[in-house]
Amino acid sequence: MQVTRRQFFKFCATGLGGSSVAMLGFSPDNALAEVREFKLTRSTETRNTCPYCSVSCGLIMHSLGDKAKNVEASIFHIEGDPDHPVNRGTLCPKGAGLVDFIHSPNRLKYPEYRAPGSKEWQRISWDDAFSRVARLMKDDRDKNFIAKNADGATVNRWLSTGFLAASASSNESGYITHKAIRSTGVLAFDNQARV
Amino acid sequence: MTNHWVDIKNANVIIIMGGNAAEAHPCGFKWVTEAKAHNNAKLVVIDPRFTRSAAVADLYTPLRTGTDIAFLGGVINYLLSHDKIQHEYVKAYSNAPFIVAEGYRFDSGLFSGYDEATRKYDKATWAYEIGPDGYATVDETLQHPRCVLQLLKTHYSRYTPDVVSNICGTPKDAFLKVCEIIATTSVPDRTLTFMYALGWTQHSVGSQMIRTAAMVQLLLGNVGMAGGGVNALRGHSNIQGLTDLGLLSNLLPGYLTLPGEKETDFQGYIGKRALKPLRPGQMSYWQNYGKFHVSLLKSWFGNAATKENNWCFDWLPKLDKVYDVLQVFELMHQGKLNGYFCQGFNPLASIPHKAKLIGAMAKLKYMVVIDPLATETSCFWENHGEYNDVDPSKIQTEVIRLPSTCFAEENGSLTNSGRWLQWHYKGAEPPGEAKPDADIVAGIFLKLRELYQKEGGAFPDPILNLTWDYKTPHAPAPEELAMEYNGKALADLIDPKDPTKVVMKKGQQLDGFAQLRDDGSTACGCWLYSGAWTEKGNMMARRDNSDPSGLGNTLNWAFAWPANRRVLYNRASCDPSGKPWDPKRQLIGWDGSKWSGADIPDFKPDVPPGDSMGPFIMQPEGVGRLFALDKMAEGPFPEHYEPFETPIDTNPLHPKVISNPAARVFKGDLEAFGKSKEYPYAATTYRLTEHFHFWTKHTRLASILQPEQFVEVSEELAKEKGIKDGDKVKVWSSRGFIKAVAVVTKRIRPLQVNGRTVHHVGIPIHWGFKGVAKSGYLANILTPFVGDANTQTPEFKSFLVNIEKA
Repeated sequence: MQVTRRQFFKFCATGLGGSSVAMLGFSPDNALAEVREFKLTRSTETRNTCPYCSVSCGLIMHSLGDKAKNVEASIFHIEGDPDHPVNRGTLCPKGAGLVDFIHSPNRLKYPEYRAPGSKEWQRISWDDAFSRVARLMKDDRDKNFIAKNADGATVNRWLSTGFLAASASSNESGYITHKAIRSTGVLAFDNQARV
Repeated sequence: MTNHWVDIKNANVIIIMGGNAAEAHPCGFKWVTEAKAHNNAKLVVIDPRFTRSAAVADLYTPLRTGTDIAFLGGVINYLLSHDKIQHEYVKAYSNAPFIVAEGYRFDSGLFSGYDEATRKYDKATWAYEIGPDGYATVDETLQHPRCVLQLLKTHYSRYTPDVVSNICGTPKDAFLKVCEIIATTSVPDRTLTFMYALGWTQHSVGSQMIRTAAMVQLLLGNVGMAGGGVNALRGHSNIQGLTDLGLLSNLLPGYLTLPGEKETDFQGYIGKRALKPLRPGQMSYWQNYGKFHVSLLKSWFGNAATKENNWCFDWLPKLDKVYDVLQVFELMHQGKLNGYFCQGFNPLASIPHKAKLIGAMAKLKYMVVIDPLATETSCFWENHGEYNDVDPSKIQTEVIRLPSTCFAEENGSLTNSGRWLQWHYKGAEPPGEAKPDADIVAGIFLKLRELYQKEGGAFPDPILNLTWDYKTPHAPAPEELAMEYNGKALADLIDPKDPTKVVMKKGQQLDGFAQLRDDGSTACGCWLYSGAWTEKGNMMARRDNSDPSGLGNTLNWAFAWPANRRVLYNRASCDPSGKPWDPKRQLIGWDGSKWSGADIPDFKPDVPPGDSMGPFIMQPEGVGRLFALDKMAEGPFPEHYEPFETPIDTNPLHPKVISNPAARVFKGDLEAFGKSKEYPYAATTYRLTEHFHFWTKHTRLASILQPEQFVEVSEELAKEKGIKDGDKVKVWSSRGFIKAVAVVTKRIRPLQVNGRTVHHVGIPIHWGFKGVAKSGYLANILTPFVGDANTQTPEFKSFLVNIEKA
């Protein structure tokens, strides 16, 4: 009977004492000589790039879970990608701590709302959040949109709301942000490239 | 970057100035050590502080913060007066022989055309002399008194080693040593690379600092060469991408520009940007502006964009001025803004003069924050004691905070400073209900569109007609968006040379921007990124790291804009007859019928050597500009101006024009700038290697490595002020104060400037009132509310403070 070390412990855990099972002849193969299995050998590897500075070092993210539909992956280790032409497997002190950014206690988890004058946040639903934001935008835009300037030229601009975009977000996020925001006529539009 | 990270290994001389790659870009810095170890390169570091980059330099010398133009102007003077320029390159590839219009002047710190009341120039005389044939006139002998080379010589003749040393505080012998090392690369087969970052951009003369370096490189013949160029290291991981995609007040994707309110005529708008050649036979690639612009509007407005309505040109907002962040916060402070969105941007920490920002934000009706982390901005209304002493009950701003994913939880691409678009993959689900940014933008936009559909309202047309044919409208896939910015054929594209041939079938992904048309038959969201996702698939996801030339160009790794080109201006790596300046580092060559080689040629591929077409194909004159024409706000040649808060109260070159005369200063701010009498010390802000801006204080490891706020002072200043290493000190400017631990260090030393001793105070920026690190003061409590005259990047690097033991 072939029993791996893990199966052996699982089997033992069902109630019988390990030693007594071993006495019955169910000893696991190589159990005594085996060291604990290296965690990374069982992880799922995903290629990514570092989100901090603009060297864009290649990363390998190691997660538990095999990405099957009902499995929730959790990233537990990040290291430099040795195939990457720029960083060749290295990471700096910031990049080496990336897993702590993913799991930072200060990650936001839910849409939240702070009422005027309030001292606290309250959790709201995405639908409520989108509806409220769209309402605030529309009311302000309808009231302050400038279709023509004083000279009568068509200018179609909205100056009373502004938007700061993120230069750590992906090109795809940036592209759709630009497209959607510019369609409203916003000119107070910037990202960290200016600072 | 004109070049890219790995290419640094090809350099013979590396200058790090206005940056600190060893600490801020550590894994890119390895290519500096590679060049030192395997290419016998010399590393020179010029910085107010003895940084970790300086620690491995062959030569380090200090300079006073904000005086880089004086230093580099001195280098230009040295190169010209010692005849250490690459003559053939300068003559053929720069505008040195071009004759400047009569009437151009520079006198006592001001160029011709200055208007003191508006602090602006009429730039009419900053131009070439145009001949009867309509082209700019040139003097190939370079002797004409108004040719650019002669004007350049005159302009920088004032920047003698003594003047440089007097302004910069750099010892004269060290300055001359730097000049000698730089001058060794004026021969055709040696190159120098400049590596800079926010240490140059964050000054009221930041753009001109960078220009001075570019001019040095043109004089040395180092632009377009492997191991050469002018290389912006940049800050955030996708700051290059967001700039390329034009998420700035006055831009559209691919460096197209938004029209001004006087440019309401479509043909006039295009004509002004589709620049005609200024010399015979030049490519002047912006002539294709119309193709890029029409394809963008087709991408955004689809069938609604027609030839008859000028492709919806009227729908684009028209600028009355640029709404950069300083302008916007000024308006917000005046109560003229009602709403503000902060997507992955923490302006309370990142914009100068925190007290003004808090006052401004409190005047908003609503603020929407989209971020993976609990930023200070989203909590600006919270009381955090001495670090953010506000009364929430008095702040009437409604704040909505929306959680977004981080890099590890999404697919997508980032563009690094070497212009590589690299695809990354999702490795886990986001925490709680966090969503990707694209889904959040879609959620807001679709609700807004729904409201306009139901209720009507102010000019709803662009909102109602914006193309949104994503498979899941509430969650556009990154792959769909990438295909959209790459561009596709909207009809069969016929070969203009052979009408029987179809180049692209309707619906196919384009190969690149050369296929774009201005007749509405192509759509492309960002012409510069065309080629990133073709019929062959996602070119950004390519992972072949082979490097057959050994120059590090890895053409099959990811995708570089434009057209997968790795070194910009690489036609200039060969002489006019097509011979490489350096056969050991040949980037491209002519094979008898076309240009090809270790890089994608930055040139019209079938134009043979010896033709008059110049290598700087975007420029209407085809050459690099030593004289910037009317492109810069404060002059065609960079001039040294003092920071707005100067420790020496004067400009030794022209005492009546002290600081940048063309920089925008808001009412009241000029008088409020600190003077050296009350604030005697030059302060500069910077990053540490263990932290990234205001972000990693939310991560445990970084917060363990650098847990607490500190400032750095020299041993001499510490002694003068009775400060011991580890003491708590108070540092204040005319805008507010911070308290931090003092680190007394030999890395900063007093400098002798214009007859007085100037001390620097070093202020790392990373702390705030949110995070897992110890709470601290936002460093931008101290920094001044003034920016570069061209970009409006704030002057974070040079201001005045006082300091005492707390």
